[in-house]
Amino acid sequence: MNTTIPLEEVKNVTLSIYRFDPGKDKKAYMQDIEIEVPANMDLMVLDALLLAKKKETSLSFRRSCGEGVCGSDGMNINGKNGLACVTPLSEAVKRNKLVLKPMPGLPVIRDLIVDMKQFFDQLEKVKPYLITKDEAPEQERKQSPEEREELDGLYECILCGCCSTACPSFWWNPDKFLGPAALLQSWRFIADSRDQATEERLDDLDDAFSLYRCHGIMNCVSVCPKGLNPTEAISNIRKKLINRKS
Amino acid sequence: MKVDEIIKAQDLPIRDFDAIIIGGGGSGMRASLQLAESGLNTAVISKVFPTRSHTVSAQGGITCAIQSDDPEDDWRWHMFDTVKGSDYIGDQDAIEYMCSEGPKAVFELEHMGMPFSRTEEGRIYQRPFGGQSKDYGKGGQACRTACAADRTGHSLLHTLYQANLKAGTNFLNEWFAIDLVLNSSKEVTGVIAFEIESGEIFYIRSKATVLATGGAGRIYASTTNALINSGDGIGMALRAGLPVQDIEMWQFHPTGIYGHGTLVTEGCRGEGGYLINKDGERFMERYAPNTKDLASRDVVSRAMAQEILEGRGCGPHEDHIKLRLDHLGAEVVHKRLPGITELSKTFAHVDPAVEPIPVVPTCHYMMGGIPTNINGQVVTLKEGKDSVVNGLYAAGEVACVSVHGSNRLGGNSLLDLIVFGRAAGIYIEESLKQGSSLSPSSKEDIDQALIRLNKLNASKEGKETAELKKDMQDNMQSNFGVFRREDLMEKGIEDLGNSREAVENMYLSDKSVSFNTARIEALEMQNLFEVAEATAITANERKESRGAHARDDYPERDDDNWLKHSIYFSSTKSVSKKDVNFRPTTVQAFQPTERSY
Repeated sequence: MNTTIPLEEVKNVTLSIYRFDPGKDKKAYMQDIEIEVPANMDLMVLDALLLAKKKETSLSFRRSCGEGVCGSDGMNINGKNGLACVTPLSEAVKRNKLVLKPMPGLPVIRDLIVDMKQFFDQLEKVKPYLITKDEAPEQERKQSPEEREELDGLYECILCGCCSTACPSFWWNPDKFLGPAALLQSWRFIADSRDQATEERLDDLDDAFSLYRCHGIMNCVSVCPKGLNPTEAISNIRKKLINRKS
Repeated sequence: MKVDEIIKAQDLPIRDFDAIIIGGGGSGMRASLQLAESGLNTAVISKVFPTRSHTVSAQGGITCAIQSDDPEDDWRWHMFDTVKGSDYIGDQDAIEYMCSEGPKAVFELEHMGMPFSRTEEGRIYQRPFGGQSKDYGKGGQACRTACAADRTGHSLLHTLYQANLKAGTNFLNEWFAIDLVLNSSKEVTGVIAFEIESGEIFYIRSKATVLATGGAGRIYASTTNALINSGDGIGMALRAGLPVQDIEMWQFHPTGIYGHGTLVTEGCRGEGGYLINKDGERFMERYAPNTKDLASRDVVSRAMAQEILEGRGCGPHEDHIKLRLDHLGAEVVHKRLPGITELSKTFAHVDPAVEPIPVVPTCHYMMGGIPTNINGQVVTLKEGKDSVVNGLYAAGEVACVSVHGSNRLGGNSLLDLIVFGRAAGIYIEESLKQGSSLSPSSKEDIDQALIRLNKLNASKEGKETAELKKDMQDNMQSNFGVFRREDLMEKGIEDLGNSREAVENMYLSDKSVSFNTARIEALEMQNLFEVAEATAITANERKESRGAHARDDYPERDDDNWLKHSIYFSSTKSVSKKDVNFRPTTVQAFQPTERSY
């Protein structure tokens, strides 16, 4: 919390936080930590966690930029995945209480920290980088503003994991279904006028699980802290695959 | 071997690499890309997953004469602006290298897939930024900052991560580096680091070690910097007996969101936004009649602080300024500045297309750092002369090469990252091909690098991180801010001196192994403290005003005594001076003149 605004009053909020330290706990438990927050300004959930950590130094969570662009602090906030640093307490706190748990579906390392290996393994499978066959020109490759606009809503992904860990299809098959984040990245490169690997990208997705396990539940869309739409990206890839066959 | 034990060198497992890069931000991943593509066994050690690094927060762009907006643009004009912006203590050989190599490095990013915004001709879109001119200051405002909307850092960092995946770089993600290992000849042979999740600790041995650990804005209470910006590389260098250069030079960005510190890009003013005081006056017209709101950052921040001091601040406490964008129209604001729209709504509860954004000057960037040459090699002072430290390199914000001098121009930090990350990679590749000849470090040498971890693990009482950090941040904020003066700085230095023992003997109450963030925060606090004390002592020593260093008691620039770099060693807490480089190789040097905008 970076404030120079004078604090007038404080109020109490109880954070109910998922705790687990593999070094000492046999199983996870919920711990209530009461904190005082200023009454005259709206803190973010991350600010509340930082205050809680001052009381309970062993409390562990990831955080970095504090402004919703680095994707570190994805977590389950009162039942919904989101970024702690851009979720205001005024939205999240219900009856003076806030329940914080790790993102579901991935193994918990400690407290609010999950092991994101499966998430990143799936990302790497879609070859998330530009593939070109022609030699690069001396200057930039040309791209029209309209072609560039195709990447809006795709390139902004921050890899926080909120979407994939809110997706039932990903929970069931985290090793086979690529998940909304990876598929959004796949479409980001298929949609890029500069990329020359559309066919091989589509080949890689053309099996029963990688893409087709998406059932359009749209949890990904409702939780994405950047307002992106992975379901639409998935349906765009689906259309390409179908058109290719017909 | 786990990180919670009292560790001896003889028990420590070793991992070997040709080159290691500490830090997974823009400069680190640009260096690693160069090295991985050359086939060397390279590893990036990053305390966060690489795309969480602070480069991701850069917004407005990367300044470079790529001749898209203006086909006549010239890297030498960019060089002139950068030298003037630095208030003449930027090294001209380094600035020449950055500005002339820049276009190549930027086009490479585009070839990797960076999603730059585009012009109607399909070229990279460029916008005007502060301190930019055509024709050596005589041709009016230039338009030189290439961008991907206002998410340029995010785009750049993700693109570099993608390119490194393609190149097969080894990533040691969520590993924390504690201290450098130096042999008896004071050459760097690697680093002590541990995996945060498992707590497994190693001596990571390498023929080349690159510090790319970024900035340290968290020494101040209010900053645009990420929580991870704790100056780890600076701490490691100072403890290894190496100096820092121009560390008193901290940039206060004019537009951090009031009450939160979140950055609002200079691109807002580049697109036509301007600052107003409580009377609605566009006050920059008084302070910088020619360039107004696009004067250099130090000039704008001082003007804002002056307006507030003179009672013309906005709000019930008259303690901030407002940034107007609504006159640009919703389409420009939402299309060119979508990220700013989002941040303003989240943190200031205003839609900038409708209402102005409340802003204050906020600590943003460390111009100083570990001195290097243009190959990224770290240099120290030996008997008054530059001397290369074998095995050690630095690039990006942690380094001081020095291209920013006493004030960095907007858009030059991203350029610095990629140009000098790349340069370090190229140089290391060449030098390893010729064979590396570092003598091995002994057990005693390695034990040296384990001292502070062992002390922390053995701690039974003392002050903890939160208390020590708050005291330091408040001190720096009050005594080493936009305006500085001797009596306040001396008080600040005394307070820091009184805290040193507590910082070196701090208490770690949570001694658990797995993903123990309390241990990391304690180690980071010790690094921050080294940066804070170096800043404080050097700021007091530089008795002049230059660039971002503005002293009430010495309001003039003093070229006779201080057209110099400051060099600080923590072992003796002493400040010495070093000549600025005025020897570019292809152009005439730019001589100091009065700096006005």
